[in-house]
Amino acid sequence: MDLKLDHHTKDGIEVVDVEGEIDVYTAPRLRELLIELVNIGHYQLVVNMEKVEFLDSTGLGVLVGGLKRVRAHDGSLDLVCTQERILKIFRITGLTKVFGIHDSVDEAIAARKSEK
Amino acid sequence: MSFTPLPAHVRTARLVATAVARRSGVAEALLDEVRLAVGEACSRAVEAHQEHCPAEPVRVALTGTNGRFEVVVTDTAVQHNGAADAAVPGGGANGGSGEAGGEPPDAAGEPDRQAVPAELGLAVIEGLADDVEIARTKAGLSIRMSWPSATAAS
Repeated sequence: MDLKLDHHTKDGIEVVDVEGEIDVYTAPRLRELLIELVNIGHYQLVVNMEKVEFLDSTGLGVLVGGLKRVRAHDGSLDLVCTQERILKIFRITGLTKVFGIHDSVDEAIAARKSEK
Repeated sequence: MSFTPLPAHVRTARLVATAVARRSGVAEALLDEVRLAVGEACSRAVEAHQEHCPAEPVRVALTGTNGRFEVVVTDTAVQHNGAADAAVPGGGANGGSGEAGGEPPDAAGEPDRQAVPAELGLAVIEGLADDVEIARTKAGLSIRMSWPSATAAS
């Protein structure tokens, strides 16, 4: 399956919905979207990965790149993911310590709001 | 099989590898690991070839013997470049830290992998495959991975 991207604002936080496979072929599209969102001033991001079917290290690189970009503006990038096969990649690479990973978009937003 | 080093072909390569693994008797629970590890190995090889020898195909061997399903992904980037670090895209410039900190990227055209160490893909493979051997040869990098299988295939 190809990559489908969408985004919307919820409670002042930009939620990016990702569906499909994030790999060396499709990851540039996600990177471009994250860059675009930061460039227009969205520094609080939640990436919803509940419908992601595949994620490789190129995709991880894009997410880390997005995190670095929002942090440069004192922003945040949280993830929503409950799929074990995707979470496993974050654990192997140690990135569970880098990202806030939540069970739902609402939980991610609530966690972000509580830190303000 | 061998394929032109294009990112679009990596998905096909990992789907084929997963299908052959399934037919070779690799347990369903391990197929996700096969898919991801083969994808990582092919992505790395494609990036190396695109940088150093875009006309040369990436080679993937899928074999089943002695109760193991084995995948070998081979690139020839060093042979065509002559640089010792060509086997790893990015030349290891960011390698070793394993951290997501550092200076923020400044260019929209920045390669995705520059946000993380170039060796991350290899680390993922080593974390996934049941048995891994990464060999740096005069030609390039050869990544051999294997998983237990119920039957021998091709």
